[in-house]
Amino acid sequence: MTDSSDQIILGIETSCDETAASVVVNGSTILSSVVSSQVDLHARFGGVVPEIASRAHTELITPVIAQALVEAGRTGKELTAVAATYGPGLVGSLLVGVSAAKALALTWGVPFVGVNHLEGHLYAGLLEEPDLQFPLVVLLVSGGHTMLIEMQGHGRYRLIGQTVDDAAGEAFDKVARYLDLGYPGGPVVDQLATQGDPTAIKFPRPMINEGYDFSFSGLKTAVINHVRKNPDVSAEDVCASFQAAVVDVLLTKAKRAAEEVGATAICLAGGVAANSELRERTLDYSVETGVRAYVPSRSMCTDNAAMIATAAWWRLNADGPSGLDLGAEPNLKLDWVA
Amino acid sequence: MLILGIESATAQVGCAIGGHEGVLASTHSARARRHAESLAPQIEFALSQARIRIDEISVVAVDVGPGLYTGLRVGISTAMATAFGLGVPMIGVSSLDLLAFPVRHTRRLIVATIDARRGELFTAFYRQVPGGIQQVSEPRVVTPDDLYGELQAASTECLVVGDGALRYRDQLEGLTKVEIADVSLAYPSASSLVALAHPRALREEFVQPAEITPLYLRRPDAEVNWETRPER
Ligand SMILES: [Zn+2]
Repeated sequence: MTDSSDQIILGIETSCDETAASVVVNGSTILSSVVSSQVDLHARFGGVVPEIASRAHTELITPVIAQALVEAGRTGKELTAVAATYGPGLVGSLLVGVSAAKALALTWGVPFVGVNHLEGHLYAGLLEEPDLQFPLVVLLVSGGHTMLIEMQGHGRYRLIGQTVDDAAGEAFDKVARYLDLGYPGGPVVDQLATQGDPTAIKFPRPMINEGYDFSFSGLKTAVINHVRKNPDVSAEDVCASFQAAVVDVLLTKAKRAAEEVGATAICLAGGVAANSELRERTLDYSVETGVRAYVPSRSMCTDNAAMIATAAWWRLNADGPSGLDLGAEPNLKLDWVA
Repeated sequence: MLILGIESATAQVGCAIGGHEGVLASTHSARARRHAESLAPQIEFALSQARIRIDEISVVAVDVGPGLYTGLRVGISTAMATAFGLGVPMIGVSSLDLLAFPVRHTRRLIVATIDARRGELFTAFYRQVPGGIQQVSEPRVVTPDDLYGELQAASTECLVVGDGALRYRDQLEGLTKVEIADVSLAYPSASSLVALAHPRALREEFVQPAEITPLYLRRPDAEVNWETRPER
């Protein structure tokens, strides 16, 4: 049930290869969340092809929005605002969502809100667990990003550390490609790792005790060199050992950051946060130390529009709407506090 | 019946509102390389200048290309969402039709051309018919050399229109029976779009937003490269 003071936001997400739309009430109640993945269109190319993604978004955007409204049982006129991701991401893909959202806002006479995709990921945790207390340490890990962020309050973020080369998800994709496991690499490595021995191969833990930045390029090279020298090695053991190394590095730094900051909780965010080993070991850490761990459902980790509608709700109430002259910003950054 | 026309398939971006009285308001910008920033404010401005509420629009027409992919997608996404949001039907018109329409009073062969970049053009040929134009060749991608050869072989008086012709003017002007239309006619206009869509709207030749298909005329490079890749 919703009453007249409720703020109902339609969120739209098209920054990469998912076309998504969602209706969320007050940044906390999901009425619908539709995600149409194009992964099959890109699989044979071993990665997202921007032109193919843009064409698919153009085809899917209207049906996906229509479905989100139908599932939510809402009409456009009942909405408080229409929001869309305007960066970072693939420019041709972003433009489809931004253009559609602005047109709908204009059509229905409601505000438009442009949302930073990274801020969307940060709000995925709060969407499912609105009573989380600041400060939080968020480990944002995906195919494009690896960041350790202190969330001090709404809209107040401090960058603790980030990758100096490959993103964590990129390392999964590259290892999977080398082992001929297909694309995307995350789910298939995760799956094979369950049948392997994580201690079988001692892969390096790059920079594990140095500061808060990450580096995964050397680890990826170590995996490739090992397989080249030992062509008969079990793929299961390689996946398990590689995954253990990545998770070790990510969690060691996240834990250290949480202690330093005095965080009330560690939150996972981004597509790599769907990884089973990372999820389990984050929860184990919480049991051991009493620091809360927040592990969003898998569908909130990967790209979706519910997190965009939630971040838009905070932004709309904090800063008001965006102008209809907002464009796509493929290299959009988060505003960091010192 | 009021039609909102949205055109952003080339270097130009614009919109127009009109119906049986003709065009009531139109906007366009030729320097707005970033179509996504300017289109929605242009629609808002055109509506206010025509003193029309957006829910009075009963049809959304859109240029479906061929053209520059980014602009094309901005126009089509905007138009589809507007039609969906209003619950009204759509009419899709080719950018080449929009180029030929304003020069329909000539008896010459009309050659519509759009700069497709990468040393190529999008083109289609048209003839005047009572009340309008008729396409006499399918839209396609050609090199300037191909087009030169075709026009030479056609050996008929031609009026070549569009930014494609302007880009390769030096080459095409070598042909004796060919005239290149002025720069003021070089871009598809939203006003032409509304004028062309109006009789179709009266005949109810509508499509639903999900049925609008962009006319890309080229496949994504990745697909072409995939099919022509060397055997592994
Ligand atoms: Zn993401």
